Amino acid sequence: MDFITTLINGLSIGGIYAMIALGYTMVYGIAKMLNFAHGDIIMVGGYTIYVFLNMTGHPAIAIITAIIFCLILGVTIEKVAYKPLRGASPLAVLITAIGVSYLLQSLAQIIFGSAPKMVTIFNFGTKNIGGLRIQISTIVTLIATIIVMIALSLFVKFTKMGRAMIATSEDKDATQLMGINVNGVITVTFAIGSSLAAIAGLFYLMKSPSLTNTLGSMPGIKAFTAAVIGGIGSIPGAMLGGFLLGIVECISYSIPVIAPYTDAIEFLILIVILLVRPTGILGKKRREKV
Amino acid sequence: MSQYVLETNNLGISFGGLKAAQDVNIKIKKNQIYGLVGPNGAGKTTIFNMLTGVYQPTTGTFYLCGEELKGKSQETINHKGIARTFQNIRLFNNMSVIRNVMVGLSNLPEYKCGFFTSILRLPKHFKVEKQMRKKAKEILEIFDLLEERNNLSCNLPYGKQRKLEIARALATNPKLLLLDEPAAGMNPNETEDLMKTIRLIRDKFDMTILLIEHDMKFVSGLCDEITVLNFGTVLVQGETNKALNDPEVIRAYIGG
Amino acid sequence: MSKLKGFKWKYYINYAVVFVVGLILTLMSFTVGLEQSTIYLLEKMLIAIILAVSLNLVVGFLGELSLGHAGFMCVGAYLGGKISLILADKLGTGPLSLIISLTVGGLCAAICGVIIGLPALRLKGDYLAIVTLGFGEIVKSIFQNTSKESFGGALGLDTPRYDKYTLFIFGFALVLLTLAVVQNLMRSKHGRAITSIRDNEIAARATGINVTKYKLMAFTVSAFFAGIAGVLYSFSNFKVNSYTFGYNYSIEILVMVVLGGIGSINGSIISAALITFLNTKLATILTGDKAVLQNLFYAVILIIIVIYNNSPALKGFREKYDLKKMFSRVVKHNDPSVIRDDQGKWARIPTKIPMDEILSTDVQPNQSTLKPDKSKEDK
Repeated sequence: MDFITTLINGLSIGGIYAMIALGYTMVYGIAKMLNFAHGDIIMVGGYTIYVFLNMTGHPAIAIITAIIFCLILGVTIEKVAYKPLRGASPLAVLITAIGVSYLLQSLAQIIFGSAPKMVTIFNFGTKNIGGLRIQISTIVTLIATIIVMIALSLFVKFTKMGRAMIATSEDKDATQLMGINVNGVITVTFAIGSSLAAIAGLFYLMKSPSLTNTLGSMPGIKAFTAAVIGGIGSIPGAMLGGFLLGIVECISYSIPVIAPYTDAIEFLILIVILLVRPTGILGKKRREKV
Repeated sequence: MSQYVLETNNLGISFGGLKAAQDVNIKIKKNQIYGLVGPNGAGKTTIFNMLTGVYQPTTGTFYLCGEELKGKSQETINHKGIARTFQNIRLFNNMSVIRNVMVGLSNLPEYKCGFFTSILRLPKHFKVEKQMRKKAKEILEIFDLLEERNNLSCNLPYGKQRKLEIARALATNPKLLLLDEPAAGMNPNETEDLMKTIRLIRDKFDMTILLIEHDMKFVSGLCDEITVLNFGTVLVQGETNKALNDPEVIRAYIGG
Repeated sequence: MSKLKGFKWKYYINYAVVFVVGLILTLMSFTVGLEQSTIYLLEKMLIAIILAVSLNLVVGFLGELSLGHAGFMCVGAYLGGKISLILADKLGTGPLSLIISLTVGGLCAAICGVIIGLPALRLKGDYLAIVTLGFGEIVKSIFQNTSKESFGGALGLDTPRYDKYTLFIFGFALVLLTLAVVQNLMRSKHGRAITSIRDNEIAARATGINVTKYKLMAFTVSAFFAGIAGVLYSFSNFKVNSYTFGYNYSIEILVMVVLGGIGSINGSIISAALITFLNTKLATILTGDKAVLQNLFYAVILIIIVIYNNSPALKGFREKYDLKKMFSRVVKHNDPSVIRDDQGKWARIPTKIPMDEILSTDVQPNQSTLKPDKSKEDK
């Protein structure tokens, strides 16, 4: 019975990772950059929810504001920091992303201080299902993640913008020559990724209500790991990687002997998977043309 | 010792269901300039990739001077004596011209110099470096690149980049030199010049050369023998002008 | 060529500068005396220089992104620290103990470098970056959970501090050693092989370069010096705690390398020293509530510098106000064998003449009427 509880917990943490990983994987697939600041958008989302929850008292307003705010923030970051570097070396873009990450963290610290803020939102409580005590929020997280993933897959497959995204990820220059506004596609990608990060922030707060300015960094790294495990650039891959990592994390925490090494185990799995499949589980293998 | 420098035996490869090349039998004698001709997608570069170990052949095998090289790594094949150039030029762009050639020299046994010898700057290091520099200058001289030796290779004009690539391949002291479309993108004067250079290489270095080319004037003026490929199979093989006038070849190129 | 002419001053200028600065500071510490805070800052700067130069070997010359440099440093710091603890009873904390610890710490880190270099043979770019990041976190996590007797566990390892007035002299010696090894390596056939892999791996293989060997070589040497920096760290602090060596620290080193110029050793030295200095100074100026401003400044400066240096849109501006070029206009190159001036011209020669350019030469009316002969000449 305990094992099933662990598994469900793992799925819910995995859901959060998957939600963040979706943002990573889309941005990587399309803009070919590692958006290190992505994890910190979660933190910004968390703080926005905190502010508006205290101001209005309505969780729904807080959440919607957070999503919109993160969306605007993501697009602004893209326009100000990353767009000037399009065509520059990937390393330069990576360093800028790191700079943005530091910037967001320090701004949050300046505005809100370093003491953790407690945010209680949607306390659904727990429920007994067939002898299992399960937090409702866990179920909500799980369902929401699956809905988001299906919606995103449909969006990419069946809309004009989605197809433009696939084209951009395949070959940016050729796409541009076909008359598609690549800059617009990248902006939309950042918008989607950032709003997903805001939702992930909400779920994260539902799980652990303490809010600090470095809240996003570890989940960000883990989610990126998840995206790479699943095969970066692939939407189902991000989901798979996220859930896999979440379950491994919870199982590892539940065994006392290896619990302290949880982080190490997760990264070890990453290394092993990449050694067996260098482009991740669902990643496409590309042969470099000679 | 086999009488042939290169001998392929039913060489073939398939990617999934696509047979990119099959049953290729080429025999190249020493000092020959041998041409590999065929329309786009005929599998010429694929054969080069098999011969240099980039792809592993699915059927058949090949021998260099009687030694089987199938299944060997790219480095090993190069050490054994096959060097190549690429269709789209692949130079070490951020390195100077002379350093490009010196990279090619660095695996020759006469310039052997261990890690610690270099780190500790033992006299041997300086001796080897000096010899390598001298040898590199000699090679660059032949290709008329000596003047530009300190320029970055990416700053060279196109024709000189092609030459530098050949120079780098030659620096590895091969028995067989593979040239992938050496005259592509060159104007008639440069092509003429290149033909002279290739002949010079053969005579001066006692080299055997296998080349891919679309320019028929180039091929007929340079090659002793050719193999014409179409859809991965050998169409015609033999003495250059005879093979080029074969009706099958004309049909493959012009259609009809 | 005579011996003196072949001697390239620019190759040795950084040794000379480091040596002279080290000498002056050593003399000062023996005569005038240096403040302890200055010495501590100096040690931090020297550690940062070793780290940045060694990381530059992998990032700048091999062209692979490594986000786990702090992991190698962590190995060096813990193992070197442990050795020095063991030796403290028998040999004290003198130079001998320091040298043994440095060797052991460096070698252990180098072994880790081989281990992490192995996946590097199969992976590239961002995939390798995340693996190195993972490696750093694994190392951190392992040392965090060791028993209290072995490596101190979560509380960290208490290390005997080396004599606080002379450690920086060793630091300078180690910086010189790092420079010597890295620069000698890069200016040898091995270094050429490593850069050729960066420039074009496929061509490097076809040219007979043993890619496996050289990738491992770069990772191992880089890790060795990260380990040495770690040992130095353990001697400079009273405590080694694995929390210090998270990926944030690796990124900080990477930032130094990128700001100094990827592939430029002198740049790494300057930026490592400068960033460490600024960080420490900002931390002392901005105390209390203002302390948070330090990261803000750091982040803003970082973003601005990277965008300024790398944005394709600002290329014209950069070239116009390039300090190096302004300087080179003053100092003329006299060596005729070095054809530097041509480089710019070559770059502008188009590989393919655009079609519309050819078409428009005859069509333009005013040109053909004004200079009819010229258009004939072109043909």
